[in-house]
Amino acid sequence: MAISAVSATTLREVPPPRRQRLLEDERWLAFVLLVPTIALLGMFIAYPFIRGILLSVTNSRVGMPGDFVGLANFYKIFNDGIFRTSVYNTFLYTGVTTVFKLALGLWLAMLLNRNFRGKAFTRAFILLPFIIPTVLSTFAWKWMFDPTFSVLNWLLYHFGLITGRINWLGDPDLAMISIIIVNIWRGVPFFAISLLAGLQTISPELNEAAAIDGAKPWQRFWHITWPLLLPVTMVVVLFSVIQTFADFQIVYVMTGGGPANATHLFATYAYQIGIGTGLLSEGAAISLAMFPVLFLVVIIQLLYIRRVEVR
Amino acid sequence: MGQVVLKGINKFFDSVHAVKDVNLQIRDKEFVVFVGPSGCGKTTTLRMIAGLEAISSGDISIDGNVVNELAPMDRDIAMVFQNYALYPHMSVYDNMAFGLKMRKFEKSEIDKRVLEAADILGIGELLKRRPRQLSGGQRQRVALGRAIVRHPRVFLFDEPLSNLDAKLRVQMRVELKKLHLRLGTTAIYVTHDQVEAMTLGDRVVVMKDGVVQQVGEPLELYNQPANKFVAGFIGSPAMNFAAVTVTEANGSLIAENSGLRIKLPDETAQRLRGHIGREVMLGVRPEDLTVAGSVDLGHPCFDAVIEVVEQLGSEILLDMKVGESIMVASIEPTARVRVGDKLRVAMRPSRLHVFDAQTEGAI
Repeated sequence: MAISAVSATTLREVPPPRRQRLLEDERWLAFVLLVPTIALLGMFIAYPFIRGILLSVTNSRVGMPGDFVGLANFYKIFNDGIFRTSVYNTFLYTGVTTVFKLALGLWLAMLLNRNFRGKAFTRAFILLPFIIPTVLSTFAWKWMFDPTFSVLNWLLYHFGLITGRINWLGDPDLAMISIIIVNIWRGVPFFAISLLAGLQTISPELNEAAAIDGAKPWQRFWHITWPLLLPVTMVVVLFSVIQTFADFQIVYVMTGGGPANATHLFATYAYQIGIGTGLLSEGAAISLAMFPVLFLVVIIQLLYIRRVEVR
Repeated sequence: MGQVVLKGINKFFDSVHAVKDVNLQIRDKEFVVFVGPSGCGKTTTLRMIAGLEAISSGDISIDGNVVNELAPMDRDIAMVFQNYALYPHMSVYDNMAFGLKMRKFEKSEIDKRVLEAADILGIGELLKRRPRQLSGGQRQRVALGRAIVRHPRVFLFDEPLSNLDAKLRVQMRVELKKLHLRLGTTAIYVTHDQVEAMTLGDRVVVMKDGVVQQVGEPLELYNQPANKFVAGFIGSPAMNFAAVTVTEANGSLIAENSGLRIKLPDETAQRLRGHIGREVMLGVRPEDLTVAGSVDLGHPCFDAVIEVVEQLGSEILLDMKVGESIMVASIEPTARVRVGDKLRVAMRPSRLHVFDAQTEGAI
């Protein structure tokens, strides 16, 4: 009894150390907990971004700090034919691949959502193109599109569909088609698996109810599955558009932007000008030109997702 | 019209024989309830009638036409699901109108039917809301509404009340009954709740392990259960069972085990003549047991010790130890009884059930 009474008084009389009291205050605690995140975001996102903006309004090159030149770099690239081509290419590349990735991914997801033997294995298998490092798989594709060793040409030739060799990566249009094919191949698994996850949240009872209500299979898809999957679809498309718009690896490995700069995208052209040629400021201006477009895409889709989720 | 006939229906899921040779004739306007423990095949049977599950063998016909190969939409049925299965992205109105839109009804006709159904179910105020903004009971009504706007030949209900709380369940049960009287559409209803089965069904089908145990009107099942399973499943609290040996003494039959020795009434004895010297199952419902007094003089009696007293207000449930086994009796609420009391308990002789110890069929 006596002992506990004594210790209770001592506890009351000795105030907790100052540091501990500060942490008891929720505002301080919140700040302390946020510091690592703020430091990381600041160091790896905010700083490079601001540095990029500052770089784009100078005329610095590799080994030369350069002076402020205002918007000269932007003026220059907007009058640059190759830049315009790469803008066109980026939109084409993103638009076409996204449509195909969504269509094929959704189709695959619906197939995988059925019950069949070896379901788990197939689902894992589908992810392969997504798991293999892009650079490696793209090198394999490059080999398949090689004018001399192309397995595609060999197949087409043996089926009697062509008589001569097709120079896949040597023709501007075919080169564009080739990189689009590779991007679709690489992107479909992400769509398929994400949409499959979305499909699995839709109760099968809803489709059964609709079947009894008289909806034919495509009507069930259109009136039930599609609208209920839309929020997931929008998120997946959002991610994919951002990824594709800023894509670099596939084009860099397959064509390097060629032939004759016909397949450049924002990222590869920025790299070529900024690092390849050493015109750092101009390269920064090119990659910054992507920003407004991506920003707009994100805003529109986020607003749309919110609307869909609210209703 | 809405006559449904099941003929030799079987269902296999791979090697599991889920529904075994079900034969049943459901008359037009009849309310038939399938009841049984979970996994007994009742929902599978309903889904086969709906066309959501393929039939392994047998024929299902609606109004004389075999519908085995017909898609659900062509069977002219409507179904209410356990989880309601309301379309979450549509308003209540659109949920109810969906089936009619798919069938290309005129807009004015859709409007008329939806409003009429909403009026019957008292959900006129909710037509613009989305399912997530509704309570469980309201969702249940919308699901009903979606079924009735179609004016189908048959309603199928898959445990529609099991997600509601106890009070609402009783209320909706009454409304379902009224709705059926008003619409007069054939209804097939699946539940695991024997009270729902007894109160709703014109006829009740008791199933166990994919086999139909008995088909009959509720009171028929209660009074003349075909076997021990039906006897134990129908009625609450459940029927008491005691394994007894039948012996003959002085011309009358005696049933006895370690804690029980009763002279069987003539009517029961008549049926057990062939079972002398063998073991049978004696069954008696809690409500057919009374504390022995002058009234039941001459009734079969036995001694019991009270273990638990459950005072329900309208009755008292006694858990009693009889020999090695426990029996439950439902007695007058005014009786003065305490745990540990020794009682002499009488059985109503005309209410004794006996079942074969091996086959469990009623004798």
